[in-house]
Amino acid sequence: MEIDPFIFRLSIFILSIFIGYYVVWSVTPSLHTPLMSVTNAISSVIIVGAIIAGLAGNSESIFNISSIFGFLAIFLAAINIFGGFLVTQRMLAMYKKKKKDK
Amino acid sequence: MISANLSAIFYLVSGVLFILALRGLSSPETSRQGNFFGIIGMVIAITVTFLSLGNFSSGFVFVLIFLLIGGLIGAFIAYKIPMTAMPELVAGFHSLVGLAAVFVAISAFLNPEAFNLGFPGNIKLLSLIEMSIGAAVGAITFSGSIIAFLKLQGIMSGSPITFKGQHPLNALILISIIVITYFLCSTQSSNLFWILLIISFLIGFLLIIPIGGADMPVVISMLNSYSGWAAAGIGFTLENSALIITGALVGSSGAILSYIMCKGMNRSFFNVILGGFGATEQSSSSKNSEQRPVKSGNADDAAFLMKNASSVIIVPGYGMAVAQAQHALREMVDTLKKNDIKVSYAIHPVAGRMPGHMNVLLAEANVPYDEVFELEEINNDFANADVAFVIGANDVTNPVAKTDPQSPIYGMPILDVEKCKSVLFVKRSLSPGYAGIDNDLFYKENTLMLFADAKKMTEEITKNL
Repeated sequence: MEIDPFIFRLSIFILSIFIGYYVVWSVTPSLHTPLMSVTNAISSVIIVGAIIAGLAGNSESIFNISSIFGFLAIFLAAINIFGGFLVTQRMLAMYKKKKKDK
Repeated sequence: MISANLSAIFYLVSGVLFILALRGLSSPETSRQGNFFGIIGMVIAITVTFLSLGNFSSGFVFVLIFLLIGGLIGAFIAYKIPMTAMPELVAGFHSLVGLAAVFVAISAFLNPEAFNLGFPGNIKLLSLIEMSIGAAVGAITFSGSIIAFLKLQGIMSGSPITFKGQHPLNALILISIIVITYFLCSTQSSNLFWILLIISFLIGFLLIIPIGGADMPVVISMLNSYSGWAAAGIGFTLENSALIITGALVGSSGAILSYIMCKGMNRSFFNVILGGFGATEQSSSSKNSEQRPVKSGNADDAAFLMKNASSVIIVPGYGMAVAQAQHALREMVDTLKKNDIKVSYAIHPVAGRMPGHMNVLLAEANVPYDEVFELEEINNDFANADVAFVIGANDVTNPVAKTDPQSPIYGMPILDVEKCKSVLFVKRSLSPGYAGIDNDLFYKENTLMLFADAKKMTEEITKNL
């Protein structure tokens, strides 16, 4: 009997939860705010689904209801991707070590 | 157009890059590189999606236009936002992820052929279940984050909103979400899909309104987690490993942060979620304390105390963020250091309105991160320090958490400020903190209260040093 591909996806999912668990525990507490903004940015990879939805319309009707929702989702996810990564970068650039001149 | 197998491999690569992005945050030195990995991962995921669709028709132009407009808005916000507004920003961004997940789910429900999920009215059962979960969690994330945003922004009152029958109502709605999902899957009715979305929006709203301002660190972390699970749900629907991996990462990240925040308050997750903290205790404790004597001083006294100290520990809290006092504080510390006084910062896990809030503000004010310490790292040093300078914090220093089992904050880990030789408390008034209880520290003999705006007081002390 063949294994349903769903099982493989589920395996990826469960293993990723464990990876996430260990990786996040190793994040230093002083970087918890950048952690939130960067997880925010990467969860916007949902834009992949939005692009598929947006391009689903055929050439005669680019704007059917389904693709309009796709376009809106692209718009929202794009705000998050650019905003999330850039604000994270801005924050991380501020973390400086003590100057060793003493 | 590239093959499905090849694109799946590229999605896996971007998933791995996202893991590395989080991994980089284990230290500030590697964090910038980590963020870069994240960006590369995103670029790969988006490019591969375009290539795998191979559809560069007129629709493609619109995709780019929406991508660009959204990107410009996002970039603009990212550069303009003040660091003190970070909690609001993150809450706002969570709501966008949630709504995007809802829109993708709607789109997949209306046009399942585009996603290879079957046909309208005959969507593959498993896909429909995944889609419903993604949509419902996305909707909860959206409305919940909106409420969190409004509360943080001060548009909505930060105090808990409770009403009779709240918990049974919430329980009822949650059960009906499950029931509706079941019937949706068996009947494929689009009406049920819309109802599912509406009540999910509603429950997100109802879940967050009873939670008060100072519990926001837990709420934001929790919503962070939800946005991840929503993304994972959609990832299963789209059979996309980048989305599944990311969803799982973000989901567990948010869950861990909520756990850390709850532990920082010694409260269970459910206690926070059920809300209404502190509302009942207020009356009993504040009455008898009005008459107790308090020593209050001015900037001159504070400057004198600090000038004669050899080590000072700064304890910042949410009040510092409200007063935007971080830069003034750094200037004061610079002056202290010139006088050869050792200065360090002590951060309580739940200081501020989101995890790591204080650290970002201090970093913004150019405070080197190796002078900033977490509770466990620094708590023993208070006994040897001459002065503790508490600016905008309250409950997290209250010794009652150790001594009074009746107190609502009993058992909460606190910063041992009381062990310092002298304590300077910058506060606007004697009013109790969020937990609604009086702070014994105010009345101790070695405590000097500095009643003023945090920023003004800090500036004045600097002048007097």
